[in-house]
Amino acid sequence: MNDQSAYRTEMLPPRQAPDQRRGIGGWLRANLFNGPINSVVSVVVITFLAWCLWPFLKWTLFDADFLGSTRADCTGDGACWVFISARFESIVYGFYPEAARWRVDIVFAMMAALVAWLAIPRLPYKRWVGLFALVGFPVVAWILLSGGYFGLEYVPTRAWGGLMLTLVIATVGIVGSLPLGVLLALGRRSKMPFVKAVSVIFIEFWRGVPLITVLFMASVMLPLFVPGNVEFDKLLRALIGIMFFWSAYMAEVIRGGLQAIGKGQNEAGQALGLGYWQRTGLIILPQALKLVIPGIVNTFIALFKDTSLVLIIGLFDLLAIIRAGLTDANWLGFSTEGYVFAALMFWVFCFAMSRYSQYIERRLNTSYRT
Amino acid sequence: MLRPSSSLLRRGHGPLWRNPTVRALIVQIVLFLALAIFIGFLVHNTLANLDARGINTGFDFLDRRAGFSIPQTLIEYTSNSSYGRTFVIGLLNTLLVSAMGIVLATVLGFLIGIARLSPNWLLARLATVYVETFRNIPLLVQILFWYYAVLRALPSPRQSLSLFDTFFFNVRGVVMPDPQPLPGFTATVWALLLAVVATVAFAVWAKRRQSRTGQALPVYWIGAGVIVGVPLAAFLLTGAPLEWTIPEMAGFNFRGGVNILPELVALWLALSIYTAAFIAEIVRSGILSVSQGQTEAARSLSLPGAITLRKIVIPQAMRVIVPQMTSQYLNLIKNSSLATAIGYPDIVAVFAGTTLNQTGQAIEIIAMTMAVYLVISLTVSFLMNLYNARTLMKER
Repeated sequence: MNDQSAYRTEMLPPRQAPDQRRGIGGWLRANLFNGPINSVVSVVVITFLAWCLWPFLKWTLFDADFLGSTRADCTGDGACWVFISARFESIVYGFYPEAARWRVDIVFAMMAALVAWLAIPRLPYKRWVGLFALVGFPVVAWILLSGGYFGLEYVPTRAWGGLMLTLVIATVGIVGSLPLGVLLALGRRSKMPFVKAVSVIFIEFWRGVPLITVLFMASVMLPLFVPGNVEFDKLLRALIGIMFFWSAYMAEVIRGGLQAIGKGQNEAGQALGLGYWQRTGLIILPQALKLVIPGIVNTFIALFKDTSLVLIIGLFDLLAIIRAGLTDANWLGFSTEGYVFAALMFWVFCFAMSRYSQYIERRLNTSYRT
Repeated sequence: MLRPSSSLLRRGHGPLWRNPTVRALIVQIVLFLALAIFIGFLVHNTLANLDARGINTGFDFLDRRAGFSIPQTLIEYTSNSSYGRTFVIGLLNTLLVSAMGIVLATVLGFLIGIARLSPNWLLARLATVYVETFRNIPLLVQILFWYYAVLRALPSPRQSLSLFDTFFFNVRGVVMPDPQPLPGFTATVWALLLAVVATVAFAVWAKRRQSRTGQALPVYWIGAGVIVGVPLAAFLLTGAPLEWTIPEMAGFNFRGGVNILPELVALWLALSIYTAAFIAEIVRSGILSVSQGQTEAARSLSLPGAITLRKIVIPQAMRVIVPQMTSQYLNLIKNSSLATAIGYPDIVAVFAGTTLNQTGQAIEIIAMTMAVYLVISLTVSFLMNLYNARTLMKER
């Protein structure tokens, strides 16, 4: 063999990565300043951020007051978060009697545990926990919150408020609208003309009107619908309206899932001699619901945001309590702090839910994409 | 000989209630009866309650004198007008804020949706932050924020913030120049109408010509030139018959100009900013839904970038975007009913608010208000179905 072989016998030394791609400078060059247009855009965006983000940060954090308990403690130029911390109890519990607030805490804790259990995919017994969350938990929560049983002091719903009321409305809305939505979606796809017509009319009616008018209807018209001497709780009226309203949206989401399930699934069930409810409950729904979990969570988010509308009919949810605090003569002129805090509270819940829905979407992405 | 299977079904083996047809009939009859009894129960209670409380029924109240004033009226209205008139005033105000909101939300939403796809890291992140912030905060909070924390915090009319001394911002809203058409202005309006009609006709003709000869005309540029140029020429030829009254400070308030209510501005901003976050997501997903292969195929045919975008990407993205966009528009119209929280005189605040409180005729008024929204929703969904049927992918 001569040494003029067609291939190398020794490795080449590794070369350095191109200069431009390394380090912070390289990253900046690759992502922000790769070309004249992008450079101009970057400069504009950076100027914009400096112009509005910096004053915002200064106002919310650096110049803000956090400690204290009265208005006199607001000395800085920025936000006065003392306004929030002084009213924090009422923001969370509303007018709930102080001695009974441990009951609300228990319900909060149970709710957090149930949500966590259902949300973390690894934990077992999902079906039973879910069943408990849909059936058992509302009963337990009602007994604890309302009282009047087992020697617990009775707390009328008038005294409920703040974050607690927001969560109650959201939970009842979710728990109530999901099963109703499933029934409506099945009804809309039913082959029985009357059932189908009733479902379509119901769904299209609620989807066609704004929630505000529904709440007005619930608060003004519902008392006319029941026999004159029946006392109709204001919160209950709002809850009925919210449940009907959102069940229509839920039905449309679930219908999307039902349509995505191939006809063969149903026919296979028929061939096995399963009845309608067996086919629906054991074959169709488990697949369809799994498909539309992101859509369901999105509806939950919308529902959660829209719980704030109850302030218009005079219930004191999270937003309404903060608003009521703004009219307190000792704390006039803190509306920016109040609304920013309310926005933050809602945002935390909604953002968490939307992230969760994206996570689920990614997890389920494996089986249904071609 | 074997019988055809259908007669097997019809003859009905086994008990009658096992027969699917019979069972479906029974289920529907039961549902019908239950609903009828339930509705009858509600109607009976309602009539009894109305009677017991001495509330009038019927629509006679629409002709009675309203006796309250409304801060923003697009058409003639005084407190001597009828309740029926308050319905129209409220409806027009709802339509006004909805139309303004739809325009701004669309522009903002398209800009942000495209910005999210920008190769510029910073711009894309900024757009993401916008979307994630504003769509996760309840609209009501945003409306209250804009109204109470921003617009109510503006200075009094005397210390108004001014822009070029023609636009003034103060706690009572925005004051801006008011265009007053002088006689002869109608010529400009007619010229505009004519230009639009001519452009549409020209576009149709150009399209026919293109499919016949394969030659394209610069329809967009010619159309834009005609629509801008012809009315402008008419306007100048008739001697610019438009007078702007510039607002002036007089005493404690402004004289001249139009005053835009702060409620309208707050509602408009909040609705647009909130809806734009959703529209941005729709635009983004629409553009992403056009597969890469389409662009690559266009490039391999050596179509220039602008034409690829206009003729290949956008028409296909639109098929995804338009239906979702209309549902966002409908949401915006329905959400405009939150006006009642800050007192913008829309149909819910005026008609289902003040008029309802004065007359007490809840059933008629709520039904009329809901009917307005229902009619809008159903009309738009009907048009949408037509559009869908036209643009549905022609599949083999």
